[in-house]
Amino acid sequence: MPVLTLPLGFLAAIGRAFLGLLQATGSLTIFGAHALMHVTVPPFYPGELMRQLMRIGYFSLPVVGMTALFTGGALALQIYAGGSRFNAEAVVPSIVAIGMVRELGPVLSGLMVAGRVGASIAAELGSMRVTEQIDALVTLSTNPMKYLVVPRVVAATLAMPVLTGIGDTIGVMGGYLVGTSRLGINPSNYIQNTVNYLTAGDITSSLVKGAVFGFIIALVGCYQGYHSARGAQGVAQATRNAVVTGSILILAANYLLTEVFFSA
Amino acid sequence: MSAPADPTPKIALHAVAKAFGPKVVLRGVDLEVARGESLVIIGGSGTGKSVTLKCIIGLVSPDGGRIEVDGAPLDRRRREDFLRHFGMLFQGGALFDSLTVWENVAFRYLRGAEKLPRRKARDLAVEKLRRVGLTADVADQYPAELSGGMQKRVGLARAIATDPSVIFFDEPTTGLDPIMADVINDLIREIVVEMGATAMTITHDMTSVRKIADKVAMLHDGIIQWTGPVGEIDTTDNPYVHQFVNGLPDGPIESLR
Repeated sequence: MPVLTLPLGFLAAIGRAFLGLLQATGSLTIFGAHALMHVTVPPFYPGELMRQLMRIGYFSLPVVGMTALFTGGALALQIYAGGSRFNAEAVVPSIVAIGMVRELGPVLSGLMVAGRVGASIAAELGSMRVTEQIDALVTLSTNPMKYLVVPRVVAATLAMPVLTGIGDTIGVMGGYLVGTSRLGINPSNYIQNTVNYLTAGDITSSLVKGAVFGFIIALVGCYQGYHSARGAQGVAQATRNAVVTGSILILAANYLLTEVFFSA
Repeated sequence: MSAPADPTPKIALHAVAKAFGPKVVLRGVDLEVARGESLVIIGGSGTGKSVTLKCIIGLVSPDGGRIEVDGAPLDRRRREDFLRHFGMLFQGGALFDSLTVWENVAFRYLRGAEKLPRRKARDLAVEKLRRVGLTADVADQYPAELSGGMQKRVGLARAIATDPSVIFFDEPTTGLDPIMADVINDLIREIVVEMGATAMTITHDMTSVRKIADKVAMLHDGIIQWTGPVGEIDTTDNPYVHQFVNGLPDGPIESLR
């Protein structure tokens, strides 16, 4: 039946891809559950946690800050240009604040950190897998989940809300700088509008999103690196998958969290 | 009259089997290593030598069979205890890039149950580095700054750092020049005898075998084809050992050309 071969082959390919997706989802979920279980069971490695907090949190500040600053400025210009069609230029401060804090701050911080930290974690753990350093940990009575995965996941989950908060603030400041210097908005009016329109719920949602994105970034990076295939190509693939999967999961989680926080 | 030696083997494998998907690697490995004995497993590439060691350590779960240490099955709890008195030299060294040489050697002393003050841990690491022929000035270097031979020595120092009762050596001389390989072989032999440790080594380097081994096991086609004292590897009529030891192209071991 040659006529049937093509559609059947096509369906089989879709089926294989779907089963592969289910398998990967299950495997990542089990890996995440193991990581969470080890968070509460000693031994703990506070030195490793501090080192990861520095690497993931402190050293990501310039990337997150620059991204937020330019995005806030561009957002102010866009809202001013769009708002002027309806004589609504006055909404610039409030929309910049809400846009940055609710959506762009956490999402852009998440995506930038996924590129910087997720890739770095996957490459590091992948190299350790390939060179048997992870096996060596086991022979030294050290559980790799506790020593490698837990400090990274905890550090990213703690550091990302702080990075997000700083990113939100710098983004709003970018809008303020452009709004007051280029668009002629009164500085005190700008600040007043920003403060009036932002609620505690907006800020909470932003920080919660940051924590969830941090968890996703580190978990996916660790998972990909930990299960890296042998050779340079295996490490490269793990790194690529960490960034792509991490970014997609961040965007999906962002939608779900927005539904939870803001759906009427 | 001296007390009779303990007849219970330190490590025993009974019908250990392992397959990766359709590829059957171990079909039923039976092996015993006496306390204080140095066993070398020989065999071609891809015959399951590393998998055998990994099954004992717990890095690979066997599909069947039984592994015993001191006569008792090696369950999860006993494996943790076994690993506390265990050291391993990896083929590529497997040194941690992010740690200095002394931090690698003193890894167990810097964290966990055996944690010591850093100064004390460093002193112990330097002492072990000296034991493997390295001077204190390499202690603060990173592994990437060392030659292959020095990395092997550091790996050896890390393996013996806590005076383990069992040591595994995975291809200890691979990638080394003959002179450095000889130095490493001598070191391994000296250290194993001096510490009275039980050693398992996997290698295809026959010079290593002759220097390190008390007993040799030939692994091929997923089972142990022969075991015997190292002095018998040249005289045995086992066709696998004869072909392997003499590097012959013809025999029961298939060679791809």
